[in-house]
Amino acid sequence: MKTYRKFLNFFMLSLSTFMAIYGIFWLFWILYSLLVNGFKYLKPELIYLDPTPAGVEGGGLRHAFVGHLILTSLGTLIGVPIGIAAGIFFSEYARHNKLFAIFRQITDIMVSTPSIVIGAVVYALLVKPLGHFNGLAGAVALALLMIPVIAITTDEMLKLVPQQMREAAYALGAHQWQVIKSVILRAAKVGILTGVLLGVARISGETAPLLFTSFNNAYMNLNLMKPVASLTVTMFDYVMGPYKYWHEQAWAAAFVLTMGVLLLSITAKLVLHGNLIKPLTYIVRSFTRSKDKEE
Amino acid sequence: MEVVSSVKDRANSIKIRAGRVDKFVKVLLGFWALFVGLLFPLIVVLVLFKESKLAIDTFGLVKFLTNSNWDPVAENFGGLTMVVGTLISTFLAMLIATPVSIGIAIFITELAPKWLKPIISTAVELLAAIPSIIYGMWGFLVLAPVMGDKVEPWLQDKLGNLPIIGQLFSGTPTGIDVLTTSLVLSIMIIPFMAAVVRDSFNMVPAIMKESAYGLGATQWEVIRHVVIPYTASGIAGGLILATGRALGETMAVTFVAGNNPQIPKSLFDSFTTITVALANQFTEADTDIYLSSLYLLALLLFLVSFILLAIAKYMILRLEKRWKA
Amino acid sequence: MPEVMTSLKERMKVVNLSFYYGKNQVLKNINMPIYDKRITALIGPSGCGKTTLLRCFNRMHDLYPGNRYEGDILLDNKSIFDRDVDLIDLRSRVGMVFQKPTPFPMSIFDNVAFGLRLKGIKGSELKDRVEQALKDSALWDEVKDRLKDSAFSLSGGQQQRLCIARAIAVEPEVLLFDEPTSALDPISTAKIEELIIELKKKVTIVIVTHNMQQAARISDYTGFMYLGELIEFNPTEKIFTKPDKKLTEDYITGRFG
Repeated sequence: MKTYRKFLNFFMLSLSTFMAIYGIFWLFWILYSLLVNGFKYLKPELIYLDPTPAGVEGGGLRHAFVGHLILTSLGTLIGVPIGIAAGIFFSEYARHNKLFAIFRQITDIMVSTPSIVIGAVVYALLVKPLGHFNGLAGAVALALLMIPVIAITTDEMLKLVPQQMREAAYALGAHQWQVIKSVILRAAKVGILTGVLLGVARISGETAPLLFTSFNNAYMNLNLMKPVASLTVTMFDYVMGPYKYWHEQAWAAAFVLTMGVLLLSITAKLVLHGNLIKPLTYIVRSFTRSKDKEE
Repeated sequence: MEVVSSVKDRANSIKIRAGRVDKFVKVLLGFWALFVGLLFPLIVVLVLFKESKLAIDTFGLVKFLTNSNWDPVAENFGGLTMVVGTLISTFLAMLIATPVSIGIAIFITELAPKWLKPIISTAVELLAAIPSIIYGMWGFLVLAPVMGDKVEPWLQDKLGNLPIIGQLFSGTPTGIDVLTTSLVLSIMIIPFMAAVVRDSFNMVPAIMKESAYGLGATQWEVIRHVVIPYTASGIAGGLILATGRALGETMAVTFVAGNNPQIPKSLFDSFTTITVALANQFTEADTDIYLSSLYLLALLLFLVSFILLAIAKYMILRLEKRWKA
Repeated sequence: MPEVMTSLKERMKVVNLSFYYGKNQVLKNINMPIYDKRITALIGPSGCGKTTLLRCFNRMHDLYPGNRYEGDILLDNKSIFDRDVDLIDLRSRVGMVFQKPTPFPMSIFDNVAFGLRLKGIKGSELKDRVEQALKDSALWDEVKDRLKDSAFSLSGGQQQRLCIARAIAVEPEVLLFDEPTSALDPISTAKIEELIIELKKKVTIVIVTHNMQQAARISDYTGFMYLGELIEFNPTEKIFTKPDKKLTEDYITGRFG
């Protein structure tokens, strides 16, 4: 009997290891393709040239890079304040409220909503009435995707602040907003920042919600009332397109996009674990200290 | 006397102002919390309903779901092919991803040497951060050709003549089909699921495992009889969460599904899903009924994933209650 | 230690106070005076309600739902539960120092200035009062050259003294201490006990402690509580040498913990 158990143990554990290898194999293959192809086709022209007419080799993706930056930034600008506001309310004002507990759960569910559905909703609200695709709709779609994520992480980070710190502030005669503004937000700011960075990383990689809001544009366009090119939608169009140079440029774009998203995610993790705050504070301090000495 | 009262007045007015600000802040924050937690989801549902009303009125919900025709020219729309496609691809993807994710989680928590643990853990988390379009792109440009040229013909050769399951390997293998799509989708889910399962496994108190070891159990027996039952709710919740995500996944599948509104009979058939139909046809819908039908698909997708995610939350909550008690 | 003390008068008074947490009655009909410019200690075994009683004095319980007061607490002969009592006001008149040091995430100066800034005090008056508070809590010499440093750079004992400085900066009439030295080492504890005795000259003090010897060392009056009731209230010397109640004697002599 014992040998059977030992054998089963060995077999199942080996199977698990094999599963791990199987999973890692695919992921490494994808990363490998991304790195090799991305690197191969990565050219500086991609960043400062606009695209050539379809079928004509050459050109770049400046319009897509710029457009993507605009959409992501605007989406962040709209989404972050709203998300943080909701998160603060969930944690500080409505923590024991049963009704808002339901709202918070709904928010958590909205975090994983299919992003293409959000795109369809924004289409009905901001594209149909205007009559044409526009960048604003794209930014709003991204913001709507970001808001639940930020609300939930803000709420969780604020909940980590010890209750005694709040009580100490109240005991000094502070109003609730003063306690939140001067004490709680400061204590949780690192965690909230991490949530924001992760939210930005997430929307930077989104394609579906942009497909029928900001659509795409073969030219660089800064007018938010018209379609705005984005890196992801451009990648989509190029990969599905017939031209080889389009595929190559898509790889390069994919490489840059992935590196950007990974960089944001890693930064978020470092910030959370304090590894980035210390060197950053040191650098800032060394500037201010030298100023003091001069006085 | 005057000095004292003016100091008192100033302190008083500061207090009153602070009190007013307090009320204002509460209302402002409360509004946004209400928006995020209630109004926003409500708006989504209402908009989807309004836009799909035409299709619901024209076809009737039941007929729409059982109609496998999708004919923009004849204006005859039925969502059966999309629904079936979504279900098949999600099911197959979960079939592959679940044991792999559990295996990875077991490897990380039980088997990996100490120095390897954080490396693989971080790798898994970073991979979950990769945008889904990358998976789709890679699937189309790298995997599909390999599948279509090498793997699928080989499979057809070996398994295509067997009774019953041979049917699954019939048809022309192009690489743009159910098999490739499910594979790509499963690869996309794995990092996410592995992280959830790993987190659940880490919640098991060491004491519990130690008491099992103390009774002479093998490592696998501890995993099977202690860890997995203890975390069953969490794993199930994670499974349902991953299913919810897979259902709504667009970019990983759009490239390799084929956008073919038919019910696939073989793994090598091209097909369509709700998200694929939306991604490819939304901008092409030139009639109201066409667009409305697409919206009806979107509504179905939203409702199903919402319900699934709610169930998942409930199950995970049960796990948390269990080990808090 | 011969002390010159002010004449005895009541600063606060607890009248038939009962407290309910949900359905549980946690405090049962407490009657107790808090004498002005004296140190009153509350002792008793875990769960006797001493911290709950302390937190009634500045209505800290009001922050959480499900609590109910019955009876009254008077501050300068006025009920603190009156409709027209402003909680913000009450809490700057009745301050609190907690069990674990809770410095705010800001500089040492800003921590002490926090309560003052809430009241609109700024400029040179702010600086003077911060300095005075730090001097009164025996921390000034140690931090005067690094007021801008983060409060977290201080040691545990220093942080607690910072919290005391923060609380006395707003010049409260009563100061509540909730087991202020239980998280500190013996040397820091001794420093803080010295500090509290000094503070008595300016502020009325109520201190909850599970350390009987501490109560015996520093307090003028002691209240012994058990299972939500005030068993005995007397001058400290009497409680520790010839208590009225047997239960008190049993606790003092360590027959139960």
